[in-house]
Amino acid sequence: MELTGAEIFVEALKREKVEYVFGYPGGAVLHIYDALYKQEDVQHIMVRHEQAATHAADGYARASGKPGVVLVTSGPGATNAVTGIATAYMDSIPLVVITGQVPTNLIGVDAFQEVDAVGITRPCVKHNFLVKDVKDLALTMKKAFYVATTGRPGPVVVDIPKDVTANKAEFDYPETISMRSYSPVVPVDLSLVETAVDYLLQAKRPMIYAGGGVILDNAAEELIELTRLLGFPVTHTLMGLGGYPATDDKFIGMLGMHGTYEANLGMHNCDVLLAVGARFDDRVTGNVDKFCPTAKIVHIDVDPSSISKNVKVDVALIGHVSVFLRELIKGLKARKQKPDPEALAEWWKQINEWRSMDCLKYDRDSERIKPQYVLETLYRITQGEAFVTSDVGQHQMWAAQFYKFNKPRRWINSGGLGTMGFGLPAAMGVQLAYPNDTVVCVTGEGSIQMCIQELSTIKQYGLPIKVVNLNNGYLGMVRQWQEFFYQRRYAMSYMESLPDFVKLAESYGHAGILVTKPDEVEAALQEAMEINDRAVFLNFITDPEENVYPMIPAGGGQNEMILV
Amino acid sequence: MRHIISILLENESGALSRVAGLFSARGYNIESLAVAPTDDPSLSRMTIVTSGTEEIIEQIVKQLNKLIDVVKLADMTEGAHIERELMLIKLRAEAEQREEIKRLVDIFRGRVVDVTTETYTVELTGDSDKLDAFINAIGKMQIIEVVRSGSIGIARNGNSLVL
Ligand SMILES: Cc1ncc(C[n+]2csc(CCOP(=O)(O)OP(=O)(O)O)c2C)c(N)n1
Repeated sequence: MELTGAEIFVEALKREKVEYVFGYPGGAVLHIYDALYKQEDVQHIMVRHEQAATHAADGYARASGKPGVVLVTSGPGATNAVTGIATAYMDSIPLVVITGQVPTNLIGVDAFQEVDAVGITRPCVKHNFLVKDVKDLALTMKKAFYVATTGRPGPVVVDIPKDVTANKAEFDYPETISMRSYSPVVPVDLSLVETAVDYLLQAKRPMIYAGGGVILDNAAEELIELTRLLGFPVTHTLMGLGGYPATDDKFIGMLGMHGTYEANLGMHNCDVLLAVGARFDDRVTGNVDKFCPTAKIVHIDVDPSSISKNVKVDVALIGHVSVFLRELIKGLKARKQKPDPEALAEWWKQINEWRSMDCLKYDRDSERIKPQYVLETLYRITQGEAFVTSDVGQHQMWAAQFYKFNKPRRWINSGGLGTMGFGLPAAMGVQLAYPNDTVVCVTGEGSIQMCIQELSTIKQYGLPIKVVNLNNGYLGMVRQWQEFFYQRRYAMSYMESLPDFVKLAESYGHAGILVTKPDEVEAALQEAMEINDRAVFLNFITDPEENVYPMIPAGGGQNEMILV
Repeated sequence: MRHIISILLENESGALSRVAGLFSARGYNIESLAVAPTDDPSLSRMTIVTSGTEEIIEQIVKQLNKLIDVVKLADMTEGAHIERELMLIKLRAEAEQREEIKRLVDIFRGRVVDVTTETYTVELTGDSDKLDAFINAIGKMQIIEVVRSGSIGIARNGNSLVL
């Protein structure tokens, strides 16, 4: 039977078992909305801004491991979605984003609400398509899901002109697909596994540095097994948190610009580094010329272009993280050998010495609410079981440092692009994926205002999200840099004319709680956890000039940390 | 170092801009770029002449391979290969200069393909160095217009860049 393009689109979503489409209607996608209206399998979540649609789909994808789906109209709908697409791209999150387009006969004439969506999104997608003929639509949708979810995942945009959604074609949706120009699974070369095992066994001062690839490839179990087998210390990037349990003794904290003293010094002094699904980002390496000066580096990554891009590595294991971790485990077990126990004990002694510096210490007797205390308490009250999304800034770093993630996919943040405004819409996607779990959005008074309109969406769908607003009255991270590097000239980092967040939340139909004293923090959080019929906005008035420590200044080496 | 990278590309709209966009976004050099369909109309062959350190060339190759529209590629410079570029060049050629110019064209194995009372238009093929050498030999004063196709390349021996 022939279907319209709009119907083909909806059928394709069903075949892909899509639960939710996050979107916003407009002229170019009206046929599609009509087709969505006539069915009940795919639920459309109506956001208040297209940026939020992409972040919500992104949060859904990060938490569930399934691709997030977005539907926006042409022109401004597409451009509003770009920030979210770029956010997903930087963190390798699988999204399929459908943008409406003006009818094919109007493409190129500056028609109403026409933008070159394929052109605008090209640098921030894994791939994109313009569907010019309805006969190509089903196959293109299949390709979009396939490309987005395989290999190194990423966002894929499908631009569909309005007439294509009205025209009819036979619906033929392939079960599987292969593309001659795309092979997501690089043939695994096992010949280097033995070399890697040699390095690991000879190590005297080893480190495991694991990133978002562990989460994306669901390789936490393998990482845990390998780490325990070896007895090595393990550190996570911002994107890797939750891969290895944070409360386990082998975990020495996050590394990088705001990483722990022990993790960064461990990196700086190690002799063998096993990098797992991490990409040697500049926020991790600091000055690359000073990075891990004495280490031999073994790098596992699914993306060949990540290998030796920023830092030259000695052994490259190109392929899925889980596959190579299993191979390493197998290789190690076969050898019946262990790394030198004396050297390892010596190394742990050194690491524990660094650890005893207690680099995350803060003033626990302060009259003011310390943001770190809020997050510690949040961790305690939720028993580490919450899904935590965050925005970007100091609060993000504190959340990463103080909430101990023991499970993967619980920590949801924009690491690569650092997108303020991500946290709240992302929390919507997470809560939809896990309706019965606690979802907390840790944010600041700056970031939250970038997508605050989503409180309305949250009301509409009854999502009991807990917003933890660490309100320091400043764009705190900007202020911190200005304090350290611009002699306290606080240019534009003070947030003037803030709304009354409690009233604001209430006007959207949510609960609002103002917290001004440290001894109110715990009770307020407890109270918030009890409210489950709407969202709760906790407005914590925190110490305005608290800083995130440790800090590696831009251009510094990993051993050049500013400590509290 | 200068590298000649040959790419088999899906012959689809937008494929060219993906490659060009990659080079500009990541700050890689393009000295020249030539592209046309192959005997298989679904495939284009693109030749990019670029330069950079070994690390940069490695990244260029990897990043190109990552593009979904890139089916296959090879760095011609890694092995024996033939490089050719076509140039059409219009020269001032008045009566007394004609003999001299003609001789130079012959030395370079070019051909005069169009003649007016004041000009010669010359067709010349060869590697880029040869075309440069001709331009130098003829001298700036003589040149009215230069069109170069950008280099294309093909591997010698049995190495072929095909599906
Ligand atoms: C969209 C966007 N614009 C600007 C920035 C730059 N930036 C990074 S952190 C930050 C301050 C964030 O302030 P706030 O949300 O109040 O959090 P705090 O640092 O105070 O915890 C800014 C402006 C950004 N990351 N994203």
